[in-house]
Amino acid sequence: MSETTTSTVGPVEGESLYDVDHPAPVIEAPRARTKKTPKSTRTNFELYGWLFMRLSGIVLVVLVLGHLLIQLVLDGGVSKIGFAFVAGRWASPFWQTWDLLMLWLAMLHGANGLRTVINDYAERPNTRFWLKNLLYTATVFTVLLGTLVIFTFDPNIR
Amino acid sequence: MPAGTLYRGREGMWSWVAHRVTGVLIFFFLFVHVLDTALVRVSPEAYDDVVATYKTPLVALLEYGLVAAILFHALNGLRVIAVDFWSKGTRYQKQMLWTVMGIWIVLMAGALYPVLGHAVREVFGS
Repeated sequence: MSETTTSTVGPVEGESLYDVDHPAPVIEAPRARTKKTPKSTRTNFELYGWLFMRLSGIVLVVLVLGHLLIQLVLDGGVSKIGFAFVAGRWASPFWQTWDLLMLWLAMLHGANGLRTVINDYAERPNTRFWLKNLLYTATVFTVLLGTLVIFTFDPNIR
Repeated sequence: MPAGTLYRGREGMWSWVAHRVTGVLIFFFLFVHVLDTALVRVSPEAYDDVVATYKTPLVALLEYGLVAAILFHALNGLRVIAVDFWSKGTRYQKQMLWTVMGIWIVLMAGALYPVLGHAVREVFGS
């Protein structure tokens, strides 16, 4: 195995065809990148998506459970909710910010979750494509509508 | 078909299934909820009309279900984070699931009166 000679050819195979003056031809590695190789399209998107689910999840636990406590438990529960109640809360920038952040994080968290579900169960490429198109359209529409409502809310609409 | 080949799952798989199902349900409610809230831009009456349906006994029951889904998803989500980031997370995932279910039952009991009290009074009179 470990002969003193550096030759790659054993004695039974005779003299080596190559030496320092006559080097062996270079064999291209099978997957070497060439000028014709398409540019890599791989990104870390799924990693950032995974991280986003955990970070937004922690924030949403506080925002959503606080929201449920205010809307459904405290001060008479659901019975007190009405236009006047909404107007009272959105008079404060704190609750506007709370609701805006909750809207964006919850929608993106939910959209990414449903994207995963679609990828898991919709096996035909066409079905996946259209389901995800529908999902992204509905998500953008809902996020923009909600944002618009929070920013343009008018307590004296009538 | 040979017997006993169907994997019926353990705590880990069923909590994963429940996390998916509750997540999808909450997301669908969120769409509806943003739309109904958007009615405040139409008129106070339009908004109050729709919110009135949220105060009916039947929808109160659905709200209790929504609270159940959100509480499970929130608590189990924290467990998932612990499994991912805590070095002993995988070893204690079952204990953490039973902790999640314990807290869930306590919180659901606590939400019973605030969420369903008015519906019970309406149905049975008080």
